[in-house]
Amino acid sequence: MISQIAIVLFDGFAFGMLLFLLSVGLSVTLGMMNFINLAHGAFGMFGGYVAVTVMRQLGLPFLAALPMAFIAMALLSVLIERSLFRRLYKAGELNQVLFTIGVVFVAAAAATFIFGTVQQVIILPSWLRGSVEFGGVRFGIYRAFIIVVALIITALLVFGLERTRLGAQIRAAVDNQRMAQGLGLDVERVFAITFALGCGLAGLGGALAVEIVGLSPSFGFQMLVYVLIVVSVGGLGSITGSFAGAALLGIGDVAGKYFWPEIGSFLIYLLLVAILLVRPLGLFGKR
Amino acid sequence: MTTPIAAPIESRDWLRRRSRWSPFEIMFWLAALLPFILLPTYLPLASQIAIAALFAISVDLILGYAGIVTLGHAMFFGLGAYFAGIISVRGWGEPISGLLMAGLFAGIIGYVVSFLITRVQHLALIMVTLGLGLLTYELANALHDLTGGTDGLRGIRTWPILGQFKFDLWGYTGYAYTLAVLFLCFLLSRRLVNSSFGLALRGIRENVKRMPAIGADHKGHLRLVYAISAAIAGLAGGLMAQTTNTVALDSLSFERSADVVVMLILGGTGRLYGAILGTIIFLVARDQLAGINPQYWYFGIGLLLMVVVLFMPKGILGFLARIVDRSK
Repeated sequence: MISQIAIVLFDGFAFGMLLFLLSVGLSVTLGMMNFINLAHGAFGMFGGYVAVTVMRQLGLPFLAALPMAFIAMALLSVLIERSLFRRLYKAGELNQVLFTIGVVFVAAAAATFIFGTVQQVIILPSWLRGSVEFGGVRFGIYRAFIIVVALIITALLVFGLERTRLGAQIRAAVDNQRMAQGLGLDVERVFAITFALGCGLAGLGGALAVEIVGLSPSFGFQMLVYVLIVVSVGGLGSITGSFAGAALLGIGDVAGKYFWPEIGSFLIYLLLVAILLVRPLGLFGKR
Repeated sequence: MTTPIAAPIESRDWLRRRSRWSPFEIMFWLAALLPFILLPTYLPLASQIAIAALFAISVDLILGYAGIVTLGHAMFFGLGAYFAGIISVRGWGEPISGLLMAGLFAGIIGYVVSFLITRVQHLALIMVTLGLGLLTYELANALHDLTGGTDGLRGIRTWPILGQFKFDLWGYTGYAYTLAVLFLCFLLSRRLVNSSFGLALRGIRENVKRMPAIGADHKGHLRLVYAISAAIAGLAGGLMAQTTNTVALDSLSFERSADVVVMLILGGTGRLYGAILGTIIFLVARDQLAGINPQYWYFGIGLLLMVVVLFMPKGILGFLARIVDRSK
């Protein structure tokens, strides 16, 4: 029983860390511009495809494919943000939701057109495969790798946000966009950078997720609900909130499916509704 | 929104003028009878459109008029469908009473849920509607004995309407029945939005803080319209169960909730005809395009959504209305 709990906690935490990478960018950009971007998961999907493609076509190693996914998605997001999303910052939330759902549809169709509907596989290097035994429980090495990567990135994000100039600008823009603008801060530029970073992280998360959840054109939809739960439960604009929300959701999801397979997802949604009714701004939301 | 009015008029006169029938409307409803004569092979599609249009009207009442953004309204559609289906399986297949009970059931649940809905706003509101929708889906999936789970509900038998008109294979009775229900609910909704209650809802949509300031019970209004909307959605679901004799889990799915909002936006929110027009465009296009290749369909609908949001924020009907206004 103890070993079961340990393995569920471990797998759940690893899944949570994937969700964290996929959603942290959305949380921060939403907190800053109030722009509800349901297409955030689509960046994760294309990140996965980039990683799979560069490994298969160019023969790059896995560790080189991950930064490629990050960079490709950051660049793509700048393009899309400057050309399309920028027009919608002043629009109502309904229009934002619908526009970005439209983007998810188009992205799914484009992915089907280019890559087909088949599930993609990623070939991990041998040192990431298998598992290690620790106290009678077998832990997957790849999942441990995900946790390590996510923790490093979290540390970088927290450090960057607390200690750098850009981080201070981001915090100012999230706290009070109009005030920051009044003080001469170019919020649009800060937003564009944040958006690119967030989408890059989503791309990285997508690349890491291929092995765990698979990759097909419906990835953007599959992850949409998870990402939204993390963002709304964690609270907008908060990295620690997203981290806690993602870890909770990941562990809850894996535990629910493991111990109560019949009603596991039911419990997750029940928890979501209950949390939002008690704290509409999320567990760590301030505004 | 409205053009400035020179002379002050009584609000009652304004409402009365809004509720007058225009020749376009009469033509529209006469045209709705055409499929009987011109396209008898498309009657099943026509009843599907009528059902979806009814569902879209129910969403328009809360989204277009009261400003409650929902991504989980399929919850009430599915509840109505399962209610109508289950009482039929359990031996009561009389369609009209069954339909009314389904609508009532969905309406009661809607009233209960409305107490939760009115507590939250913005992103939390979208997430709560989404969460409740997914919750209902999982519940129906878990209650396998009652709903048939992923296999769907089997053994629905709907008796002839009024003991006279059997549901035929061609869909004549089915379309007449759905069209009649759609028309009646449309009349009800039309009366509702052109009443002082409808005006109060628009006030809430435009500014949620000022309505309580002028003494309107905004939460009470929202709860009432939410319950009415849920009941109409339940009627639409009940109609689907009765005309197709099947209920599957997809009647509760997120896709259905999202599709109906898309239809509404295409046509134009805050106009009942926008809901109907959007449904017609969406379903006819899907019927034609999905036959060629389902991926074209997704690409097309995604692109259409983006174009409509960017260039026609009031939907296709709002766009047309603006052109007509300008040419005057």
